Amino acid sequence: MSTSNECWNSRTGLVLAVAGSAVGLGNFLRFPGQAAEYGGGAFMLAYFISFLLIGLPICWAEWSMGRQGGRNGFNSAPGIFNAITRKPAFKYLGALGVLIPVIVYMYYVYIEAWCLGYSVNFLAGNMEFNTVEESGSFWGDFIGINGNGEAIGFGLKQVGIYLILVFLLNFILVYRGLSRGIESFCKYAMPALIVLAAIILFRVLTLGTPDVAMPERNLNNGLGFMWNPTKHVLETRQEGGQWVTDHAIVDQAKLQAAETLASNDTGKRVRKVTAREQLLKPNLWLAAAGQIFFTLSVGFGVIITYSSYLSKKDDVVLSGLAAASANEFCEVTLGGLITLPAAVAFLGVAGVAGMGTFGLGFNVLPMVFANMAFGNIFGFLFFFLLFLAAVTSSISMLQPGIAFLEETLKFNRKQSVACLGLITAIGCGFCVYFSENVKALDAMDFWVGTFLIFVLSTIQILIFGWILGVDKSFEQLHQGSAIRIPGFFKFIMKYVSPVFLLVIFAMWIATNVFGLNLQTGEASEYSSYVKDLFIEPNKVAWMSVALIGFVAALFTVFIAFSPNYKNFSKEED
Amino acid sequence: MTSSGWIIMLLSTGTVSLLFVWCIFKVLAVGNECEQVHDSEKEPPEAESLEDTSGRS
Repeated sequence: MSTSNECWNSRTGLVLAVAGSAVGLGNFLRFPGQAAEYGGGAFMLAYFISFLLIGLPICWAEWSMGRQGGRNGFNSAPGIFNAITRKPAFKYLGALGVLIPVIVYMYYVYIEAWCLGYSVNFLAGNMEFNTVEESGSFWGDFIGINGNGEAIGFGLKQVGIYLILVFLLNFILVYRGLSRGIESFCKYAMPALIVLAAIILFRVLTLGTPDVAMPERNLNNGLGFMWNPTKHVLETRQEGGQWVTDHAIVDQAKLQAAETLASNDTGKRVRKVTAREQLLKPNLWLAAAGQIFFTLSVGFGVIITYSSYLSKKDDVVLSGLAAASANEFCEVTLGGLITLPAAVAFLGVAGVAGMGTFGLGFNVLPMVFANMAFGNIFGFLFFFLLFLAAVTSSISMLQPGIAFLEETLKFNRKQSVACLGLITAIGCGFCVYFSENVKALDAMDFWVGTFLIFVLSTIQILIFGWILGVDKSFEQLHQGSAIRIPGFFKFIMKYVSPVFLLVIFAMWIATNVFGLNLQTGEASEYSSYVKDLFIEPNKVAWMSVALIGFVAALFTVFIAFSPNYKNFSKEED
Repeated sequence: MTSSGWIIMLLSTGTVSLLFVWCIFKVLAVGNECEQVHDSEKEPPEAESLEDTSGRS
């Protein structure tokens, strides 16, 4: 058993810590991009259904199992799985609950340093851009995207100094402990984050039409691009007769012009894409479920560790719902009204369409702030907001590793912080050195930050509903609860969530690993991640997978020889 | 933005905002009743509850 005396100081602090873990860059950058790409209103319907069918159920399952494991003296996923299932083999599956946050931390802290660096550079007046290309070039130089080793530098416009600062900040907070470090920080950081977001939101909602020479670039069209359930797209006929989308049209004047163009040109047409048509696309469901899944930090190994510091009298149902709702508020209300509307108001729909998370966050938005009155102040506030969101997430990624080392190697806090610091510093150094095209970061994010999270979530919901039994699990879940979960959630957690999750997982593998087009059923080509490993082997991709494998093997050895886990198994026998 | 866009936006942001406010209200209300979330002393292992959960006797 663990000898940890860690505990939470208050329920509010716990909720803020878990919400802080969930609120991250994805809320302000990934969600708006996904919602706009997949049709605003239609996407939101799929998003809320996914929230009810997989988000909340897995979240509650993690809270409940974590608390159960904690009552038996275990605070990391291997020990918790071992204790609650009483099947020794499950402790090896629990290794994923430590591996995932530790590996994700290695590259997440690097992105966190970008946010801090951008906020400092806005304050220093170094972010005067005239084009998105200039902004993109600054980002490329800042993170060393053009060559391996180029990210290592300690000037104001280089990432090195910020990386050291955020690395130290994270470990100082974690070293101070659960309540004095993580909880205390989140108690201030989360309200500060919401206030900062509210200030920026007010500024965005009062943008109107920033450039009168470009009347179609306005806030109203920005909101329309994000939220309209029905889209209009201009399409061009190819030689083979197929129609290919040119671009989406939001502005009414542009729509009329496009219709006039189409009436005079048989090779062009304006097509109305209805919400129903969008809801029939498997990709929309995949995107919505994936977003819910990653935004709530379920299957990450964090919630299960955080809730293990609770006693059986403590509520987990309301706490879990409150943490999830705080995340949803930051994502839908704040993220959904800030990022894309601001970008469209300055750059138009064509300037932001198709931008990925990094493109939107670090190429487009700096350009937006550079063009805004008092842009340096608002740019600083926005990237400092992202930085706070990232810190509250990254510190949560360290606690499972700390708890695991304390449990398996019987380390005290100082030793476990030092050991985890060394492991993550090596991994982070690897990501930063191999910065060319962010290859190492990308490979680790795909295989661990996406693939393994699906695997761990599936394991967790199956343990909750099938290994422990949904009736008993529900009883455990409701011990000390401040509110009751409706009975139909039993059926959802036993049948619907696992099936929904497995279907989404299968679709994700089909599209992202094997390159299958879910619309046509045709296989185009393997994803770049598979190509990098087996078809056109890439050295950095292979080294990234080797690093993941090495850490996984190390943790497996720790688990296999841990006297805590062995003694627990013997007691049970 | 179209009128259906406004409806979707207001419904989405309104729903999550109301849920968030309700949860915070409940957490603060319940939090006042039992301020300490934790027990300062570690609870003993619960073999009984484990047996319950695993369905074995």
